[in-house]
Amino acid sequence: MGEAIRIDTPLTQEKLKSLKAGDNVLINGVIYTGRDAAHKKMVEALEQGQDLPFEMTDQIIYFVGPSPAKEGQVIGSAGPTTSGRMDAYSPKLIAKGLTGMIGKGLRLPEVIEAMQKHGAVYFGAIGGAGALIAKRIVSAEVIAYPELGPEAVRRLVVKDFPVMVIIDHEGNNLYEIGKAQYRRV
Amino acid sequence: MKEIRVEEIIAAVEKLCIEANYDLSSDIMAGFQRALKDEPSPLGQEVLERLIENAEIAHDERVPMCQDTGMAVLFVEIGQDLHVVGGGLTEAINEGVRRGYDKGYLRKSVVKDPFERVNTGDNTPSVIHYDIVPGDALHLVVAPKGFGSENMGGLKMCKPSEGLEGAMQFVVDTVDRAGGNPCPPIIVGVGVGGTMEKATFLAKKCLLREVGKHNPEERLAKIEEELLERVNRLGIGPQGFGGVTTALAVNLEVYPTHIAGMPVAVNIGCHATRHKEITLQGRGI
Repeated sequence: MGEAIRIDTPLTQEKLKSLKAGDNVLINGVIYTGRDAAHKKMVEALEQGQDLPFEMTDQIIYFVGPSPAKEGQVIGSAGPTTSGRMDAYSPKLIAKGLTGMIGKGLRLPEVIEAMQKHGAVYFGAIGGAGALIAKRIVSAEVIAYPELGPEAVRRLVVKDFPVMVIIDHEGNNLYEIGKAQYRRV
Repeated sequence: MKEIRVEEIIAAVEKLCIEANYDLSSDIMAGFQRALKDEPSPLGQEVLERLIENAEIAHDERVPMCQDTGMAVLFVEIGQDLHVVGGGLTEAINEGVRRGYDKGYLRKSVVKDPFERVNTGDNTPSVIHYDIVPGDALHLVVAPKGFGSENMGGLKMCKPSEGLEGAMQFVVDTVDRAGGNPCPPIIVGVGVGGTMEKATFLAKKCLLREVGKHNPEERLAKIEEELLERVNRLGIGPQGFGGVTTALAVNLEVYPTHIAGMPVAVNIGCHATRHKEITLQGRGI
């Protein structure tokens, strides 16, 4: 495995263009959480001309719905959820300036096209490693849609948050590259 | 005739919900260790190492392995000579789930209505499969099921003419389509025969079997072996990053079926396939 590349948020166009599918990356700084219900609300807000919970430009959204924090914990277990359920919404947020998504699993071609057109990267975190990943989250604060419980939008500060570049801004896809290398059918 | 009080059932279910989510079973951990030796992909190895570390943190710090602590699925075998007293059995099970998900800081992931999608706030109701068996004991299996993997299952009402090869191809295609979504390395449950719902029930029940244990019937064990080999040739690998460890096990159960049909169901379990069980003995009246 390659040496890890450290990047600080916000994820500018200049930074993301240096990332390639298969790169091992440690993210530092502020990222935001959002999954199914929050994405639906954000896109509805956009369609109605309302403000989003945060300014999208150069930001990263982590697809996660954490478990409740125990006393003394910043956040409960916090691994990625399946990104495909956000496919219907992601292109609209990418068009508003979103440059990074963290999740797990396959994306539709229209998401990848939007990433190539506007400049964005899709990162994968290790699905199911929620206890491990939570240790890299320094602070968590609900900033929108508290009524959604685990699906509320949170502002996280992360330190050396471990991800892989799955799909880079040119559309290179680690899932395809990795599978092709070991496929024997 | 013996009896059991609902309080005992509530306490048992509460404990099983928490333990299932905090403690990865030793057979899966052993599966990770075996895979680590065989996996040629450096990225795949890295993923397996992180998964082992994650399971150790969850166990030591008493936190859930995964934030998706699942919808609680229960397999309940109740002895026909056992009488539940002090309340209803289904209500007691749901009360146990409610308390377990609260006290264990487990995520509440259940919505009351599939269309309106408002969270019930306590992870109930659970999905309960009852079986009535001889005797006077109560056997409970709690198997919290995450939906990253649940969403990737499938059912095909195959034609009998498709035969064994048709059934096997459907299993392989289902895993191939799932890719990295269900958090590989996965456990594949396959139910063949019966009716539509019987096949899906068998597929789910297969996920409870210990990793590495085959179907006791030799011809079925051979099919499991062949399926595992074919699935692992797909190249998906740990987390879908590429590799030879896509599944740790393929478990198959079959059931008699109709002359006109061959239902084939595939239920996928993630690398944190969870299940804990207990047998409660009734007391003499």
